[in-house]
Amino acid sequence: MASASRPASTRLASGSDATPRRPINRAPLPWLAAALPWVSVMAMSLFTFSPVIASAPVIPPLAFMTLLAWRMLRSGFFPIWVGLPLGAWDDLYSGQPFGSGIMLWSTAMLAMDVIDERFLWRGFRQDWLAAAVLLSAYLLLGSIFAGIAVRYPLPLTIGPQWLMTLALFPVINQLVAMLDRLRLLPLRRL
Amino acid sequence: MARSRDLRPGYSRRAQYGIFTGYVIAVVGIVVGLVAFGVSLYNPGAFGFARGAASDVAAPVGKASAVTRKSGRSLIAAIGAYFETGHQNLELTREIAGARASAVSARAMADENRRLKALLQIVDPAQPPVASAWLIGSTAASARRYAIIDAGSARGVHAGQPVRGAGGLIGRVVESSPGTARVLLLSDPDNVVPVRRAADGLPGFVQGLANGRIEIRLLTMGNNPLHPGDVFVTSGSGGIYPPGVPVAVVATPRRDGAEGRLAADPGSTDYVLVLPVYKADAVAAMAASVKAAGPPPKEDN
Repeated sequence: MASASRPASTRLASGSDATPRRPINRAPLPWLAAALPWVSVMAMSLFTFSPVIASAPVIPPLAFMTLLAWRMLRSGFFPIWVGLPLGAWDDLYSGQPFGSGIMLWSTAMLAMDVIDERFLWRGFRQDWLAAAVLLSAYLLLGSIFAGIAVRYPLPLTIGPQWLMTLALFPVINQLVAMLDRLRLLPLRRL
Repeated sequence: MARSRDLRPGYSRRAQYGIFTGYVIAVVGIVVGLVAFGVSLYNPGAFGFARGAASDVAAPVGKASAVTRKSGRSLIAAIGAYFETGHQNLELTREIAGARASAVSARAMADENRRLKALLQIVDPAQPPVASAWLIGSTAASARRYAIIDAGSARGVHAGQPVRGAGGLIGRVVESSPGTARVLLLSDPDNVVPVRRAADGLPGFVQGLANGRIEIRLLTMGNNPLHPGDVFVTSGSGGIYPPGVPVAVVATPRRDGAEGRLAADPGSTDYVLVLPVYKADAVAAMAASVKAAGPPPKEDN
C-alpha cells in the first residue's frame, strides 16, 4: 500500500476507504510521511542514552520492536533491505558486537516476508505471535553473539527482558499506530 | 490485516528488477553483517571509530538524561521514604552513633598517618584524576555491559584507564573518541579485577556475571572464609587499578568464593572520575613480555 495514495483519515472509519473527514484541499506532509518511521526506529536505538544505567539487560530491544511494528502495520513502507542501514545504526549504540544487528535485522525482514507469504490474513493476535517468535529468536541469538564475543558462553540472563519484551509489544504497536496517524495528518494545503 | 504487496507487478521490467534488487540487497545485508561480526570478533575495536563518532553525536541527549536520572531517582526515593520513615529513623540514629565514634578514630588515624609520612618524608604520589565526567548512558538492551561517559581523548581519556564513582570502582575505559568514551563496567563478564579483602588482605579477583551481580573468587583454596558483608577493595596488582578502591560487597557465600554486590551501582552514580593507569610502565612491560612470549600453547580439553 503506497503511503502517498492512502487516504489520510485521522480516525478509523468503518470501511477502509470511507470518506475522510477533512477538507479536500489538504494532504499529509510528504517529508513527514516519508521520514517518521525511519526517525522513530533510529530514535529508539538511542535509548541506550536513556536515564537508566542498567547493570543487567533489562530494557527490551525497543528499536527492533518498533521496526517490527511498522513492518506489520504498514507492510510495504520499509524496503526489504532496511536491516542493513538501520541494523548498523542500532549496532553503533546497542553494545552488541558490530554486525550482529545488521545480520539479525536483515534476517528478520526476510522472515517477515515469509510470514506474509504463508499467513495472508492475520489479526493482531497472530501478529503478536509472529512478533513473539521473532523477538525471542532475536534476544536469544543476540545474547549468544555477545557470548561469542567474550569467548565463552554467557549465562542466559535474558529471562526478565524476554517477558518484558513480549508484554510490551502491544504497547509499542499502539505507539507506532499513533505515530502513523501523526505521520498522515493532513497538514499540507494543496 | 490484508495482504499488502504484489510481488509480480505486471510486465514492467523496471518494477520487477526493483523488487529483485531489494532482495539481493537484503541478502547482501546478512552477508555484510556476518563479515562485520567476524571482524569485530577478531578485533573488538575495529568499529570503535564509528561507535565513538555515534556516541559523540548523541552525547547531548545523554547529558540531558543524566540530569533527569538524578532528579528522577531522588523523586522516587522521596516517595519511598514515606513508607519506611519509622524504622529508617531508628536505624539511622544508631548508625550515626557508630559513625561518630569511627569518624573520631579515623581522624586520629589520618593525623597520625600525616605525621608518620612527614617523618619518613614520603611524598604522596597524589595521582590527580584525568577527568571528571557524567555517566551518560549504558547498553541496557544488550548482554554486554558498557557505559558511556562524556569525556574523551580530547580531555586525556584513553583506553585502559580505570573509572570510579563516589562509592567505588565502576570499570575501565575500553574505547575513547574525541568527546566520549566507552567504559567496560565491572558487571561485564569480560572484566576481571584483582581484589583483596579490606579487613585482612585476603586476595582474590572479581568477575562480572552479566546479570548485575559479580562473582568473587579467592586465590586460596580450602575453607571458604567469606561472610556476607565483607568488603573487597582493589589490590593494585596488575597495575591498572590503584589499590584501595572499594569494588564489591559479599552477598551470598558459595562453596568456592561468593556472589557479590557492586560497591558503586552505576545506576545511582552521576559523576565519575577517570583515573590514570596506576602503574602504566608496569602494564606496558607486562604487555610487552606477553607479546614476546608468543601465543599460549593450545589447551587440549
